[in-house]
Formats: sequence, structure tokens, C-alpha cells
Amino acid sequence: MFDVKELEKIKAGKKKWSEGTLAKTLSKAPEKKAKTTWSGIPVETLYTPAENAGLDYESKLGYPGEYPYTRGVQPNMFRGRFWTMRQYAGFGSAKETNARYRYLLGQGQTGLSVAFHLPTQAGYDSDHPLSMGEVGKVGAAIDHIGDMRILFDQIPLDKVTTSMTVNAAATALLGMYLSVAEEQGAKYDQLGGTIQNDVLKEIICRGQYIYPPKPTMRLTVDLIEFCQKYVPRWNSISISGYHIRESGSTAAQEMAFTIADGIAYAEACAARGIPVDSFAPRLSFFFNAFTDVLEEVAKFRAARRVWAKIMKDRFKAKDPRSMMLRYHVQTGGVTLTAQQPLNNIVRVALQTFATALGGHQSLHTNSYDEALCLPTQGAVTVALRTQQIIAEESGACVTVDPLAGSYYIEYLTDKIEAEIEDYIKKIDAMGGTLTAIEQGYIQKEIQNSAYLFQKSIDSGERAYVGVNKYTMEEPPVTDLLRVDMKVGEEKAKELKEWRAKRDNAAWKKSLDKLREVSKTDTNVMPTVIEAVKAGATVGEVCDVWRDVFGQYRPKEFIS
Amino acid sequence: MAEKKIKIIVAKPGLDGHDRGAKLLSRIFAEAGMEVVYTGLRQTPEMIVEAALQEDADVVGLSSLSGVHNYFFPKVVELLKAKKLANVLVVGGGIIPLEDIPELKKAGIAEIFGPGTSTEVIVDFIRSNVKAK
Repeated sequence: MFDVKELEKIKAGKKKWSEGTLAKTLSKAPEKKAKTTWSGIPVETLYTPAENAGLDYESKLGYPGEYPYTRGVQPNMFRGRFWTMRQYAGFGSAKETNARYRYLLGQGQTGLSVAFHLPTQAGYDSDHPLSMGEVGKVGAAIDHIGDMRILFDQIPLDKVTTSMTVNAAATALLGMYLSVAEEQGAKYDQLGGTIQNDVLKEIICRGQYIYPPKPTMRLTVDLIEFCQKYVPRWNSISISGYHIRESGSTAAQEMAFTIADGIAYAEACAARGIPVDSFAPRLSFFFNAFTDVLEEVAKFRAARRVWAKIMKDRFKAKDPRSMMLRYHVQTGGVTLTAQQPLNNIVRVALQTFATALGGHQSLHTNSYDEALCLPTQGAVTVALRTQQIIAEESGACVTVDPLAGSYYIEYLTDKIEAEIEDYIKKIDAMGGTLTAIEQGYIQKEIQNSAYLFQKSIDSGERAYVGVNKYTMEEPPVTDLLRVDMKVGEEKAKELKEWRAKRDNAAWKKSLDKLREVSKTDTNVMPTVIEAVKAGATVGEVCDVWRDVFGQYRPKEFIS
Repeated sequence: MAEKKIKIIVAKPGLDGHDRGAKLLSRIFAEAGMEVVYTGLRQTPEMIVEAALQEDADVVGLSSLSGVHNYFFPKVVELLKAKKLANVLVVGGGIIPLEDIPELKKAGIAEIFGPGTSTEVIVDFIRSNVKAK
């Protein structure tokens, strides 16, 4: 971007400044400690064109909506329309959650995002012994198609787009969703949304796995293949770095390990014989946003460039849409503090600002009370308004990729890109993502970063407002949102009635068929849909596969 | 006085998958000279107490971020007592509202460590409260 002569001049100028003007200041007031990004990348006092010497504009940045998509996947980004504001929500019963959805849609939210309670995610019914105490706690208790009907009562599924956070049990829940949409009169090809369906990160760090890696990947690909044929507007996977970051990774590791997972899914789809340009445009991603605005912006730009290169060079994609890294963001849950919780509003605002400058497709903003409990309605409203303020008032959305060309941002983008590519090389050399996970490599890398971060907080080397600096005594927060234990009892009673009133013969036949199909190479999705329509519960569908596939028991790696 | 190493079970009750804190503390406890057994995810109170019995543990550390602490933590204490393991020190941590803590303490959980607690505070608490057996 800069000619050689000019660069030489700038290099000399910076050296002179560093040894003169800067040195004089530092001799009087030395900097106490080395400066780094929040993830620990060393940061210099000043960035100039000299640190951007390798930056070729056309090949590395280019234009938004064009390869390598560093500057964004759409030509005019938020000038055309803002991102989808999508708040992840769900608690208690399907009925309570339906009320929260209708409230959020009434407040200008533009998409839904379903939080299922842990039993649903782990493939257990609400009355299973392992569900004790968990029913309705961190999401809605959805056991069967009847619950799904209530969840979307009076919400037209051909109009809203819905994101569903469910992975190992994804096929069963998508089956219910598609069936309810059909009952409402919608056609499969009118439905838009996303299902997380990313089982690898469950094994790496999120913990909602059910089956061993190979069969669980088979279900993932069955769902992707089914959607590619029949639900063309559906994002059939959301490859997630969010939880990797929450577990303690650095920003670069978040992108590296997510992209490594993405490669594994793309390879599995290709092995199934699906042409790359048929599945790749429907691969979507999900990332975190922390408070170090500049590091986050660089991280998003770097990941777009790396993914585009991988899809083009490694997977030989031809369709530009296959090369676009499209992603949802959630602000960093783990960055929120239980101390002085109102401070979290500021953190979320900065994280939202970073996300907007980074150029995303949809966003969930956390509520300030989430280090204490599930978000209360008032806190959720502030979180949604934060997105609206950044979108409408901050100036982040009036031009595309506004930080491009900043010497620091471009340096950091290159630096993170190099770190991502380094990890991908290492993982390839190990034999691929699944092997790296089996060996605990990825898990240990993340845990080590979490450890180093904690050490820096404990020692006070890194300041955390309200936690290890600027602390104060404060009264406990009351009026927290609570889910009554009664939800569990009521759900158990309701399940009993559900099982008693369904057509027993049809139900049994559908599950027997599912068992047979699962033992073959045939795609399970159509049979799953038959089973949930016949009244089979999440737990019953997942139990069939527990029998056929076995259950995953992880090795624990403590590092 | 040659002291026996403190033995601690770090456990994740229920279906909650948030194990960053549990794994981090496992490493910190080990570095502090304790003997650590991390159970992994999806533990029932029965499994946790069985582990405490088998391992002859001095301490059980429970971690929960899914809001099930009021159900699981007292249950673990109750089962420990039933197995005549009332001497085992039980501590907990995670996303636990401050207003829940008095009840949990009444139920026999010695201390609750919320988000942002320094790991030194936790190690010191365990060292000074572990009971003689």
C-alpha cells in the first residue's frame, strides 16, 4: 500500500521519534508494565505504515461483498439494513417463553432465538432423573411437538426467522419446528432461521454432548443434507466460537478453533458427496465479543479473510456465497461482573460497538444482571436498546468497515490472521480437528489461556473494574428472575398425560422405524419428523440413538 | 508436623456444561498442594457422594451455573451425612444469587464463592476450614 521509499522514510522517522521524543518522556515517566490486548498480544506504543509494510490493498482488503471479504460480506453492510437483533431467550414453560417472545417482537426485535432448557439440549425428557432441578431453568422446557406448538403460538413462522440453540439433539427439535410451521400453513422453503447443530464444540467445551464424535457428526450432516434439499433458506449449522471464548480462549484461538471445526464439517459434508457450493453457503458461524474493541474488530476481519481463503483454495468453492463468513455474535457473558452489575451495561455497549465495527449479521446483547441470574425483563430491554442506540446513534453503521486503514487495526488483523493459520497448520499436522479434540489438544490450549488470564487477575497485573480494582461494598441485588421448582412437577404431570393420549401403535412404529433407519446410511431426518409427529418426545428419540450409537464419555483434560 | 495432603473432589452437579471454573480451580488446588479429583460433568448427588466416599475426600467443591444450586447443594450435604461423612467440608461456587447464600449455609454448605472471587481466597478458606478426621 506504501511505496518502498516512503516506507524507508517512515521507518527512519519512527526510529528517530522513538529514540528522541518518546525516550525523553519515558525517561521521566517510565511505563510500569508491558501493554497487551485483552488476549495478551503485545502492543507497541505507536503504529505507522512501517508495521503495515506487507499490506497490499487489493489482495488483502479489497472491497466489501468481494473476495477475500475482509471488509464485510455485503457491499453496503448496515447502510442497507441493520443486523438482525436477536435476543436469546427462554425459561420456564413453553407458555412463559412464548409471552417473552411476543414482548420482544413488540419492542422491535427482528428475530427469535430459542433457549432450550438443559434436559432438552442433552436429550432427556423433563421427568428423567437427570433432569431433576433443571426443568425450565436456563431455557424453555420443550419435550414434544405439543410444547413446540405453544412456544410459537400466534407467531407466524413464515414471517420471523428463528435461531435454535440445540446441538446433539438438533434433528429432533428441527423436526418439531418444521412440523409446527407446516401446521401453521407455511412451506419448508419459506422458513428462515438457524439451528446450532455444532456438536464438536459441545465436546470441546460446552458439555451438551450425547453421542460419540462419529455418530453425532453423522446426525449433524444428515440435518445439513436435509436442509440443503428441502429447507433451502435454513442455516443448517452455526459453527460456534462463542463458547470456546467463554471457556477461556484468546480472541485468535476462538477464531482458529472455530474455523478448524468448520473445516471438519465441510470435510464431512464433502465426504457425504454434497458439492461444496451446495452446503457451504448455508454454513453460518457464531462468535463472542469482548470489551477490547480494537482486538475484536481485528479478529472478525481476520477470520473473514482466513475462511474465504480456505473455502476457495482448500475446498475449491466457486460460488462467492460459499466463501463468505456470515456470523451471529453474542456479547461476552463471561466478561460480566456480579460486582457493581450496572457497569455491565457499559461493557455490553462497547462489545456491541466492536461488533458493529466488525461487520456482523445478527447480534444478541447480554443483560447486565446475567452474572447474577437469568435476565429480568427490564435488563433485557436495556440490552436490546443498546443495540438500537449503536445502530441508530453511534455512527458505526454509516459506512462500511470504518476502521480499515488504521495502522493498528491492520497490524492486529494480520497478526491474528497469522495466529489462526498457525493453529490450522498444527491441527492439520496432527491429523485434523477430530484427532486434535480426541488428544485434548484444543481443550488444553483453551484451559491454559483461562489459567493465564485468571493468574493475571489474581495478581492484579490486569485490572478488572469492580473485581480487583475500584471495588466497593454494595447491598445484594434482589428482584432476580427465578424459575419455580413447580415447573418441573407440572411438566412431569403433563408428560404423563401426553404419553397416555397419543396413538400408541403409530408412536411405537415410528420409533422402531427410526431405529432401523439409524443403523443404515439413510438420512434420519424424514423418519425423525414422522416420529415427532407421532408424539415421540425428545428423550425417546434420543434414547433410540443412545441404544444404536452409544453415549459419549469424555476424558477430562486438566491443564 | 508432617501434614497429610488435603484431598478435594471438584464436581459438576446436574446437566450444566460450564466447567471453566471447575477445571481452573482443579489446577489451582493441585498447584496449592492439594490432591484433586475432578468428576467431570453430569454428576448426580449420589455419584458425588460416592466419589467422596471412595476417595476418602476431605473437601467437596460444587460448581453450578445453571441455577440448580438450591436443589443440588443441600442434597449433597444430606447424603454425605447419611454416609457418615459429615466431616467433609462442602463449598460451592458459580452463578448463585447472594440472597440464596444464607439458606445454603444453613443447609451445611460452608461457603459460596461467586464470580470474581480471587482463587487465593478460595484456597485459604479451604486450608483453614478443612476438618480433622
